[in-house]
Amino acid sequence: MKEPDFRTPRLGTESPELRERLHHIWETEPGLKGVFGTTDHKTIGIRYIVTAFIFLVLGGLEALAIRLQLAGPNLSLMTPEQYDQFFSTHGMTMIFLYALPILSGFSNYLWPLLLGGRDMAFPRLNAFSYWIYLAAGIFMYAGFVLGNGPNDGWFNYVPYAERNYNPGFNQDFYSLGMVLLGISTTVGAANFIVTAMRTRAPGMSINRLPIMIWGTLTANAANLLVVPAVSLAFFLLWMDRQFGTHFYDPVGGGQPLLWQHLFWIFGHPWVYAVVLPAMGMVSTGLPVFCRRPIVGYSVVILATIATMVLGFGVWVHHMFATGLPGLSLSFFSGASLVITVPSAVAVFAWLATITLGRPVVTTAFLYFSSMILLFVIGGVSGFMTASVPVDWQLTDTYFVVAHLHYVLIGINVFPVLGACYYWFPKMTGRLLDERLGRWNFWITFIGFNLAFLPMHLTGLFGMPRRVYTYPDGMGWNSLNMITTIGSFVLAVGLLLFFVNVARSLKSGAIAGPNPWDAPTLEWSVPSPPPPYNFAVLPTVASANPLWEERLGEQRTRSSIDRGMLLDVGKESIATTAMDGVPDMILEMPEDSVAPAVTALGITVAFVGMLLKSVWLPAWGVVWGGSLLTLIGLLMWLWPRRDLREREPAERGPADRRRLSGEAVA
Amino acid sequence: MTSTPLGYLTADGARAAHIVPLTWYMLIVSILVCVVIGVMLWHGVRRARANGGDAETRAMPVARGSKGSHWISIGVLVSMVPLLIALVWTMVTLAAVAGPPSHPDLVLDVTAHQWWWEVKYNTDDPSQSFTTANEIHIPVGAPVLVRLHGGDVIHSFWVPKLAGKTDAIPGQINLSWIQASHTGRYRGQCQEFCGYQHAFMAFEVVAETKEDFEAWRAAQLRPAPDPITPAQTRGQAIVEYRCGLCHQVRGTHAAAVAAPDLTHLMTRRTIASGRLVNNPRNLIGWIQDPQGLKPGCLMPNQYLSAQQLADVQAYLVLLR
Amino acid sequence: MNETAATAADLRDTALAQPANLPVGPIGRHGVGYWGAWTLIATEAALFAYLLFSYYYLGASGPPGWLLEPHPTLKLALPDTILLVASSFVASFGEHGVLHRRRGQALVGFGGAFVMGVVFAAVQVLEWKSKTFRLGDSSYASIYYVTTGFHMAHVVVGLVVLLALFVWTALDYFSPRRRLSVSAGVLYWHFVDVVWLFVFTTYYITPYLGFAR
Repeated sequence: MKEPDFRTPRLGTESPELRERLHHIWETEPGLKGVFGTTDHKTIGIRYIVTAFIFLVLGGLEALAIRLQLAGPNLSLMTPEQYDQFFSTHGMTMIFLYALPILSGFSNYLWPLLLGGRDMAFPRLNAFSYWIYLAAGIFMYAGFVLGNGPNDGWFNYVPYAERNYNPGFNQDFYSLGMVLLGISTTVGAANFIVTAMRTRAPGMSINRLPIMIWGTLTANAANLLVVPAVSLAFFLLWMDRQFGTHFYDPVGGGQPLLWQHLFWIFGHPWVYAVVLPAMGMVSTGLPVFCRRPIVGYSVVILATIATMVLGFGVWVHHMFATGLPGLSLSFFSGASLVITVPSAVAVFAWLATITLGRPVVTTAFLYFSSMILLFVIGGVSGFMTASVPVDWQLTDTYFVVAHLHYVLIGINVFPVLGACYYWFPKMTGRLLDERLGRWNFWITFIGFNLAFLPMHLTGLFGMPRRVYTYPDGMGWNSLNMITTIGSFVLAVGLLLFFVNVARSLKSGAIAGPNPWDAPTLEWSVPSPPPPYNFAVLPTVASANPLWEERLGEQRTRSSIDRGMLLDVGKESIATTAMDGVPDMILEMPEDSVAPAVTALGITVAFVGMLLKSVWLPAWGVVWGGSLLTLIGLLMWLWPRRDLREREPAERGPADRRRLSGEAVA
Repeated sequence: MTSTPLGYLTADGARAAHIVPLTWYMLIVSILVCVVIGVMLWHGVRRARANGGDAETRAMPVARGSKGSHWISIGVLVSMVPLLIALVWTMVTLAAVAGPPSHPDLVLDVTAHQWWWEVKYNTDDPSQSFTTANEIHIPVGAPVLVRLHGGDVIHSFWVPKLAGKTDAIPGQINLSWIQASHTGRYRGQCQEFCGYQHAFMAFEVVAETKEDFEAWRAAQLRPAPDPITPAQTRGQAIVEYRCGLCHQVRGTHAAAVAAPDLTHLMTRRTIASGRLVNNPRNLIGWIQDPQGLKPGCLMPNQYLSAQQLADVQAYLVLLR
Repeated sequence: MNETAATAADLRDTALAQPANLPVGPIGRHGVGYWGAWTLIATEAALFAYLLFSYYYLGASGPPGWLLEPHPTLKLALPDTILLVASSFVASFGEHGVLHRRRGQALVGFGGAFVMGVVFAAVQVLEWKSKTFRLGDSSYASIYYVTTGFHMAHVVVGLVVLLALFVWTALDYFSPRRRLSVSAGVLYWHFVDVVWLFVFTTYYITPYLGFAR
């Protein structure tokens, strides 16, 4: 019996029997096979979120150690060597192992639910991206734990990173770890792009996407194109260190600035990649607590895209002091000033939504709304550094440290915490405690501003970055003490967040499918969602499907209760990119350990590369890892009948049993 | 503000002075923007009619209300005014401060090393050229061209009261220029992470009257004076054969260039790149335990006996 | 739950539309996997863009005499380039074989492209051996070997892909409808060839046009 190549999907409504059948098809297999082989985007999303939060805590502890060392002048709690590793690892951890992965985690969890689908476009690739991220994080932290953590800042300028100035393993752990991490980021980007373009609910045309989709989509489109720059930069550094090449060292005709160009061509778009998805979360969540759709939906989306596009053209503003010609400086300075304009669009859209809506103050609302002010503070300090002559004074002082913490904590951490309060009930079926939430919010807010607002002044008074201590009499003593105190208050605030999570997991109030009465599709399924997300695939008619009745702006309604069932196997729907017209039934893969095997193979190869300078058989490890990678890839990519990648589509007895449900319906 | 030697909200040099008004403008605009947005946010949030959790959220009705797009257009338009002013002012300032002077009164070659500053006063006549370290003297009111060389890794030359910073990058020569408007001592600092002792890589620019500057220059050209007492003679011998492995004292056998030139050590106000005030006690303390004062710096502990230290001190105080 | 078609009542005022007869799984090139192949190509193309950027940057800021070979010999490189480009046509020939249910043609195409790819790689190794400079001699040498090395790595991956397509075709996996792996794999091979054109032009042609001389 050959499976038909074409099929008209059945329409229907939910029933207990349908749910049970779908559950059986979609649930993760039990035991180790399930742990290592699951492709469920919700599991993978939560793994990302938990892992990223662990790195946030580690990075935070490093920060507290730094602040203790800097609390007063001429302290010696740490040697310069230790301090250099602490501040570099802090930066690396926060920016690479927390800031993007936490957003990937939320996006992974939420996208299929927001898009009305059953999984991402490439579920096995999704699993693979997590395993590589975990491996890369452990790889880089192994260096730190062994006293060989990165020690040249997160930006790792050469020649100091070259072997003659940095003979230990520090740079090798960092370089290879970053190349490894780049693989995770890149495949994740591919997944998000194809999912957003091709696997949406019927009717979800391009102008009906939740803004969170646009935030993550633009960020990942950028990542796809710029991560190779940093991977290459680190790879070339590793080559200089291990194989005597001369990419960066002037003696052999190399150029130290080549590193800076490659790094910042990646680095600047990266900082937009770690905030645009979070801004998307605010644009999706804040309107819910203002009880109205966002003001300027289309303009905000265009501004998101514009920010990302302009973000490709400003990287030289990290290099204003390097002696570049004036014409080049002028161009990049102008571009860096202009890029504030689309950000202003988002700020005013949010302010208008609050003022023209009916705000309800909840903890999530507090996080989403306070970030507007923190965004602006970070934005104006960025505005100041965009001007070349002013930047010639500001750059490399604590003013920039204040700026970057306002943009990273203000536009990433605060939205993330708000997103936790907003989506925790969907993910766990329980609400986070509101009272504890208020304590959490206010202590975090006060601690953060106490720590970082005075830091602007510290920078204006000339304190250099990346110094393990400072002399007396520079005017920095009290400011540093205030910052140190603030950082500990901030830490207490974050601790309260984790306490809230721990308590609420056990005893939080039970949440229904839509505790916030929110408009987007994820709130139409149970909390937590079943493995298949939607028993009946919704068809949408607007950007706010669950609010259509009350908004009363159009006659056509989204169809939530009735739609395609796609219960003949593990299936979802693919649609056209622009109009969201269904154009293919997607067969989704079963749980598979191939991604984990491939990830293991790659990691083993990288460990071999790391060890090659001290252990001769390491090349064998590299080959062994490569072989394992090849085996994993063959397992993964071998054309499968059930995914319709090969002929004949004839079915064996097991498949016929699975399909027998068709006869019962 | 001498209480903030590295601050740049005030300036004492022509180049830095150009930047100060623009800095204040952008700072004030920034603060105003934050205040305005803060007030708008406060106003919006204060209107909240409910405070609570999920129940209160569900209870509040949903409605679009007014479209509100004028908020965005007006907000962005208003924001663009200070932005465009900043853009134009930036370009004008950049044009004024970027270019090095076409006819500098003085040309310096500064090489940045881990973790000290080598300063060469070169002229066409080698007998009129000399090298010093960590303390730069310039005549007041004169434009000075500073050619920056990277000695090992990337450093950054910054004396905030006189000019913005310029990196010293190995493999290329970057040009900076400074011009002091008043006499005085201006603190400088390496401002690009360069390793363990980046924190203590300071220098001083001393702006003096023309006469004082010429007197200083003439003194720097002279070789080191000969030792007189036996202690000084013994001290010179130690300096030549121990310190001379890295340092130079013109007029003796100490001729290495891997470390600061010590020929006129005692004319400098600080030692160890601004780490310590230059007096005999600090000098001996430094020689005895550089690793304790600047861990990781490239000067190893010398393990001299008390007698040797006394002799060295006796000789070094001669080096004016 | 029981109806298979939308009723008139369903369709009024609701966005729910009668679904068309949809393909199940990828048909021809129409499938999410093909989009995925394009994202792979986009990111790898970016990688080579940065490698070439590095060459141009090092060359433009390098000292005189940076170009170790102001007149690089095309004796091996030019025929090798022609061979590689031809192999793309041969691979396409193979894809057409799958498209028209001609397994023999497909096998000839994939096998032929594989052999041509192996020859290309062998000639490239000879080209490396014929150079008078080594990896650590200068930044020119370093960027030359690393760029052509990265390309070689992509060729090797492409050879594995062609081999897999050959084996899967021999096992009769593909048909005009079910052949997304073939299309993705051949697309990758085309990409490897197009990248080589950029690399070849940069290293072998621009010196004659005066770059970095």
